[in-house]
Amino acid sequence: MPDPFENARLKRGIAEVGNQNDPVQLLLRHKDVRKTAHNYKTFKSGAKPGRIVVPSEVNIRETRQIPFELDPPIHGVYRAAVEPWFKRALQSEYAEKLKVLIDALIEESLEKDSLEVIEEFALVLQSRALTLLLNIPYEESETWISWGTHVFRSEETALDGEKAKILYDYIDVQIDKALKNPGEDLYSVLLNTEVEGKKLTREEVKGVMVLTFAGGRDTVINTVTNAVAYLAEHQEALKRFRKEPEIIAKAVEEMIRYFSPLTQMGRVVTEDTQVCEHAIKANTRVSLCWASANRDASVFENPNEIVLDRQINPHVGFGFSHHNCLGAHHARQIMKVLLGTLAEKVAKIEIFDYKENIEDLDEFKRKVGYDYLKVKFHKTID
Amino acid sequence: MAKITFITSDGETKELEGSSGSVMELAVEHNIKGIDGNCGGVCSCATCHVHVRPEDMEKTGPGSEIEMDMLELDDNTDEYSRLSCQLPISDAIDGVVLTVAK
Repeated sequence: MPDPFENARLKRGIAEVGNQNDPVQLLLRHKDVRKTAHNYKTFKSGAKPGRIVVPSEVNIRETRQIPFELDPPIHGVYRAAVEPWFKRALQSEYAEKLKVLIDALIEESLEKDSLEVIEEFALVLQSRALTLLLNIPYEESETWISWGTHVFRSEETALDGEKAKILYDYIDVQIDKALKNPGEDLYSVLLNTEVEGKKLTREEVKGVMVLTFAGGRDTVINTVTNAVAYLAEHQEALKRFRKEPEIIAKAVEEMIRYFSPLTQMGRVVTEDTQVCEHAIKANTRVSLCWASANRDASVFENPNEIVLDRQINPHVGFGFSHHNCLGAHHARQIMKVLLGTLAEKVAKIEIFDYKENIEDLDEFKRKVGYDYLKVKFHKTID
Repeated sequence: MAKITFITSDGETKELEGSSGSVMELAVEHNIKGIDGNCGGVCSCATCHVHVRPEDMEKTGPGSEIEMDMLELDDNTDEYSRLSCQLPISDAIDGVVLTVAK
């Protein structure tokens, strides 16, 4: 996967990209990205809902995503309230359930002469795994699979309000159900969660749920798809995971760095300031370009190569500082189990046909994954 | 073989012994509170931050530039801060006392 930011990162460190009359200054260097992510006072997340997302979602939603669109100190209070639930992904029981689910999906896939990775594998895996994160019945994944690959985006336009509405209406129905029949699912747990002595409001519960659905959909789907494509092009990697399973955790971090499933995340500037000697005006937007920072040669040796056992890897693929990815434990666990199970069951992956998905950011055209990827999984011989 | 003492934020002291791997891995294996090691030890998450007892700094040495850059943005960092994933276990660090950062 090429790095479209290299030239601009070295020369200027910053680049302006237009978006719905609310342009964004992309910060491209690792150091600037981390410092800016840490400085929540000058670069805030608690702006108008949807504004820190690039492309902006201000025209398609009003619900504030929580804890994502809050700033410290209140951000930390909400984060601490929801974090234990998301840390369940670290438990061995959770990993074992994921293993069962991924085993079954790979077995199904091995039977197919041609497998379209996004629709038939990555989307299915992401949806089924999400039932574990939400602690709801497996069958619910059928509904999410039927929505297609994007919650907010569709083929026709970059931002599709109609699609977003499907998710919002769905979440409303699920919250109603949980209110009537509380269970041990995430909706019910959130409805009972207290922050500063008060229960979360319905709107706040919705804000956490929207974040959980939207934040972990395209990102997981692209990571899984890119990993399959990489393994098809590097057959030796599957062999290596079989022989040295201890490197898998490092390989997952390296893939997150290299693929950078989320290109960037914005902040709204609260005061006139400067980043890498460029003046930035109050009430404009900057973005933390994780994808560029993750290829910064001043931090990563051979940044444009996947080094499966990279020892020092201070990547920002899951973001950085206060707002680092809430779903990262879940995502890491999916990828660890996936790479281990593919190594166990699949000898090689053959690519028949593909179309790259290129994100258009004015001067930068970034490959984020695929529109389709047709492959065949070949079995390992015992 | 190295003996390593951890002091957690609730004041509990735990003495562990290890012979290979990193201090972070040893701590995670024994559920030392406050050491998560989310990234598995590649210096990307800073969830394994410890303060080295001043007189033990000679044994551990200072962190690399990349590690110090990571710590620079942690609000609880002081001159004795290290990321325990970057502390390999060996005889050289036998007897160190580490306070888990908040």
